Order: sequence, then structure tokens, then C-alpha cells
Amino acid sequence: MSGRRILAMTRKEVIQIRRDPLSLMIIIAMPLIQLVIFGYAVNLDIKHIPLCVYDRDATQTSQDLLKGFRATDYFNVVHVSDSYPDVVRHIDYGVCTVAVVVPPQFSEKLRSNGQASVQALLDASDSNTASIGMAYALSIVQTYSAQVQIDWRERHGLAGVAPVVTFLPRTWFNEDLESMANIVPGVVAMVMAVVGAFLTSLTIAREWERGTMEQLISTPIGKLEIQIGKLAPYFAIGMTDTAVCAGVAVWWFNVPFRGSWTVLFGCSMLFLLVVLSLGYLISVTAKSQLGASQLALLATFLPTFLLSGFVFPIEQMPVVVQWITRVLPARYYVSILRNIFLKGTEIRLMAGQLTALAIIAVVLVTLATRAFHKRLE
Amino acid sequence: MFATLKKAADPKTGGPRYPNETLMSLNDPSVVVENLTKRFGSFTAVDCINFEAHRGEIFGFLGPNGAGKSTTIRILCGLLRPSSGRALVAGTDVAASPEAVRQQIGYMSQRFSLYNDLRVVENLRFFAGLYSVPARDLPERLTWALRMAGLEGREQSPTRALAVGWKQRLALGCAVLHRPPIVFLDEPTSGVDPVSRRQFWALINQMVAEGITVFVTTHYMDEAEYCNRLVLIDRGRIVAMGTPTELKSHYMKGQLLLVECEPLGPGLEALREAPGVLDAAVFGSSLHAVVADAQASLPRVREVLEAKQMRVGRLEQIPPSLEDVFVSLTAARESKQEKVA
Repeated sequence: MSGRRILAMTRKEVIQIRRDPLSLMIIIAMPLIQLVIFGYAVNLDIKHIPLCVYDRDATQTSQDLLKGFRATDYFNVVHVSDSYPDVVRHIDYGVCTVAVVVPPQFSEKLRSNGQASVQALLDASDSNTASIGMAYALSIVQTYSAQVQIDWRERHGLAGVAPVVTFLPRTWFNEDLESMANIVPGVVAMVMAVVGAFLTSLTIAREWERGTMEQLISTPIGKLEIQIGKLAPYFAIGMTDTAVCAGVAVWWFNVPFRGSWTVLFGCSMLFLLVVLSLGYLISVTAKSQLGASQLALLATFLPTFLLSGFVFPIEQMPVVVQWITRVLPARYYVSILRNIFLKGTEIRLMAGQLTALAIIAVVLVTLATRAFHKRLE
Repeated sequence: MFATLKKAADPKTGGPRYPNETLMSLNDPSVVVENLTKRFGSFTAVDCINFEAHRGEIFGFLGPNGAGKSTTIRILCGLLRPSSGRALVAGTDVAASPEAVRQQIGYMSQRFSLYNDLRVVENLRFFAGLYSVPARDLPERLTWALRMAGLEGREQSPTRALAVGWKQRLALGCAVLHRPPIVFLDEPTSGVDPVSRRQFWALINQMVAEGITVFVTTHYMDEAEYCNRLVLIDRGRIVAMGTPTELKSHYMKGQLLLVECEPLGPGLEALREAPGVLDAAVFGSSLHAVVADAQASLPRVREVLEAKQMRVGRLEQIPPSLEDVFVSLTAARESKQEKVA
């Protein structure tokens, strides 16, 4: 093992990265683009659902009920209808997702029977928004219903009787239930997966493709020296990008950061080792830049986006898919990131995730080192 | 300069200046190849070849494309593993310990294989690092390589902007920065203009004068004349070996006639059927005919051609070139194979 040879290799890689516009783009622009996209555009909070109301009762009581819908952020009353065909047309055209219809004699039934019903029509083509809209609508109607009961009791001298059970939720770690706080830490994993695996997937393939490999392997440099020398600059780049992304998350997006920066960087180094080795392994096996880069995106970007729990919760996935996610390094890293950012979890409580990452790292480093040979066959 | 290589010891330390200097005495062969065979699947690229190259000689490997030249040189550099047989480079079995050989050799592959996106001096520095050229020698070695390649003042030029001849000399510079005792050059002058080719061979001669063994492959017959000794290789087998003079005198079956005639094609046909002619082939704008006895054949050949209404120009006996030897040897192999088939 010679420091001179490793240094020569690293210097050469740095010069090549500096002169390659595509690499620079990926290193500098890609993290920022991902932060903007996932920080602003991907908003999983459902608010301001467009609502259409059709009040067939047109009494003070029915208006009181509908006031509940007008008062909340969850709905936006975009249209007041005067007929069923009109309601249907507005749902068909996508003007509103939910329509609330108050039937005729609503207030009369409520007064005489103490019982009445309200109809809700939902456009379930986006099932997620529809089910959340349904839950919101239900809670508004229930609140109204409880209020009516209290009023009735007061009027009949049964004053001060509150509902028997009250529900007092307190959300921890992400107090405002903002999906941004959940997603932005995960962006660090996305950026590392792409920078780490995508860029390194090109380094060996490029040498084969341009014919420089034959000269390189005729020199005394060892295969481990090639690997270390080539990966060192990408390691530095990956750690810098991690720091930038974490900084932007905390100081621009105001994501809470309750853990330790040392733990964050330590865990990130481990994950970076995993993705760099994966990229290197792909590069050694693919031998063409195009094939290598496509394989790298397929092996890192897609699973990190879809299966790591970054956007879609793993607990909601089919059991078979949940099993698949266990071999996915990003799954553990995303979980570690959320723990450090939002919970400030101590490192010993993340031993499970770290062990899993370490095992994957050992396997990939071994495979990557074994896969490369200083021969033309 | 390579002159420093002749110094047996470093004046400061008293020990050898480079480790590789002690490994070989003057009479040891630099390269020994024994029954070397390389098969790719069912195709035999190199078929049981044997030869030795000695220190300080230009050892040529001559043959057409696909004859097995590059395969042999790659085995000698430890880039391919032989299917059977043995190759010793600087006294070390390459297949068994390729890494031990690499500091002893410089290799220039057939395809240009420096980094086009690096500057001239960056390429040199990179290879100096890989070969662990001592820091105190580095400035002198860089100056030497730049002067040799004719690239002084162009240190900062992007390598991709260089003309082919310059690129080849830069590649040679990168391959010998560490003063290896053995240099392998795989078709170093293919695609290079004649002036650059001549300059390149001047560099090779200079290296050999300083005690370096140069192992070079080529398919240019004229270049083979520069070699001290050479091997003719055809379809993986050695068909002849010796100095250029030996090859021309020993391997040529018969004597050679130069025939200029119009038109060329029918002339060749007629010549092949002429009595006393063993073989005939087109060489540029004229024909070469191999005959058993030149003086006896000269008038008969003229008769045959003129009888077929052809204009005959020069017609004389000439000394054979290596190309003639090669054509005659491979033609003999072909006809033998046809008989077997």
C-alpha cells in the first residue's frame, strides 16, 4: 500500500471531476434541486379541499352546520349549488372534491325527532384526499352534533353536562404535523444515494470505455489503491453535500434538529461508505458508462424514493415489500435521519439500524474489492 | 537522461539507485517465453511460442493484424493470463506474480490510453506518482520526458489537442518515466505520419543505446528492419526468427525477381503459370516473383509475358525485403494447410 500512488490517483480524479460539467452539475445543482422539490413541491398535508355546498333546507340551523365547514382551513367552499345536477356537474368537472348536501326539513327533523342526516358526496379518484376529506367532514358534523346536544340539555335545565369522554391528543416530534419536517431530512439520503452511487458508478466504467484502464493496470498501482484513490474525492464530496443539505434543512426549512451533529456525520459516513461501494461495484461490473449510470439510478434513486420510507411509510406497504426493504440501506439511514433530526435519539438507541448498515457496508465493500481485477479478461 | 541508468550505484548512498538495476546482469535474457499458449474459447490466439529477448536489444514482433502480437505483449505485461506455458520477464514469472513485474516494465498499449481531459504535465505527474518516481528526481524526469516528446512549452496543453505523433511520444514518456529496464511497445507507430514514425524510432534507438530492452510489435515491414532481432508471427505461430539479414538469407525459398508490367492483374496470372516461378505477388505497382534460379528465369519470364501481349518494363533480380520473406513463409503455410484440408 503506497500513499504516493493513492494520492496520485485521487489528484487525477479531482482534476477529472473539476473538468466534467455533468459531474459538477450533479454535485452542486442536484442537492439544491432536490431540496427545493421535496421541501416545497411535495406537500403531503391536505388542506383547502375544494367543497361545494347545497343547502336544501335553507334555515338558520342548516347554515349553522355549514358554518363549521366555512370556518376550517381543511375546506374551501368554492361553490354554492342550487340543484343536484349542478352538484354532480361540479364534481365531474373537478371543481370540488367534496360536496355537502343538507336535505329538506333538516332543522324540522332535528327539532321533532332529535335526529337528522347530512349527505356528503366525495370524488374518490384521489382516494387519499377523499378519505382525509371524509374524516374532516365527519369530525365537523360530530362537533356540530355534540353542540346541538349540549344546547338541548341547557334549554331543558340539564345545564353543564359535557361529553363523557374527551380526547386530548398531543403530537410529539413534529408538533404541527407538517409533512415537510418528515420529508426534508430524507432528502439527505436521496442526495447521498445519487451523488455517491451515480458518480462513482462512472469512474471505473469511464476508464474501460476510454481505453485508459489498460495503461492504468499495467502500472504497479494495486487494486485497493485504485479503489481508495478513486473513492476518496467522492467521499469528501458526499460529506460536503450532506452538510449542505442538513444545513439548508435546519436553517432554511426550519426543520427541528434535536440530535447531535457528530452522530449525524458519523452515521452519514457509514451510509456513504455503503453507496460508494455500491457505485464502485456497479462500475466494475458494467464496463460502460451508460449501463453503469442506469444501473446505479435503478439501484439507488428508485428504491430510496419508493421503499425507504422517505415518502411512503414502510408500515403501510404489503408484507412482502416490507421484507424487501430490509436489505435496503436507505431504509435504515432515513430512519436514522428522522431520529436525529426530529427526536434527538441517542446513538445507542439506533444500534439496530447502525448494525444493519454496517453489515451491508461490509458485504458491499468486500464485493466491490473482489470484483475488480487488474486484468483484461 | 537514460545515461544515469548506467551508473551502477547512487553516489550519495552507495547503494543501487533503482531497485531494478540489481536484478539483472548483462547476459541475462530480459524476456523468456516457453511454450506459451493463449486460447480464447475455441480460438487459439497464441499457439505454443518460444523465444528469448536479450538485454539492450530491439526485439521485434512482426505480423499481420490478428496474428497474436498484442495478446503476447499483454501476457508479458501481466494483463492476460496464459492458458499454458511460461513467460519470464526480468527473471519473474509474470503469470505467478504480475505485480512484481510491473515496476520493471513500461508498457504502451496499441490504443492511445492517456487521459485526454488532463493536461500534458498532469498526465506525466500522474504516471510519475503511480511509478513512485522519487520526488528529488521528478523535475529532471519531467523535463526529460517533455524534451523527448518535443512538448517543451506545451506542458499546459490539453492532451486531447495534441497531434497523434505527439500523443504517442507523450505516452512513451509516461511509460518510461521510472526508467524501466524493459519496455513493451504495442504498435507504437500505427496511424502516425512518416516523419513522426522516424522520430519515434530515433527515441527507441536512444533507449536501447542506454541498455534498455525494447520489445516492439509492428505490422510495418520497413520498421522491422530497425530491429536487432525479430520474430515473424502468423495466426498465433512463430514462422521465423532471427536478425533481419538472417531472415532474408535463410527463409527465402529461391531468388526474387522484380517484374514491371502492364496490365498488372493478368500479368500476375501469367507469371504464376510461367515455368520456373514458385510464387508471385503484387508489391505496390509491380510484381515480385520467386524463382529457383534468377538468371535462368529472367528471359523465360519476359517471353511468357510478351507472348501475352503485355508491356514489360523493369525486369531484374532484387534482394528480398522482409515483406517478401513474410509473404513466402505464410504462403508456404497456407498451401500446407490446404493440402491437409
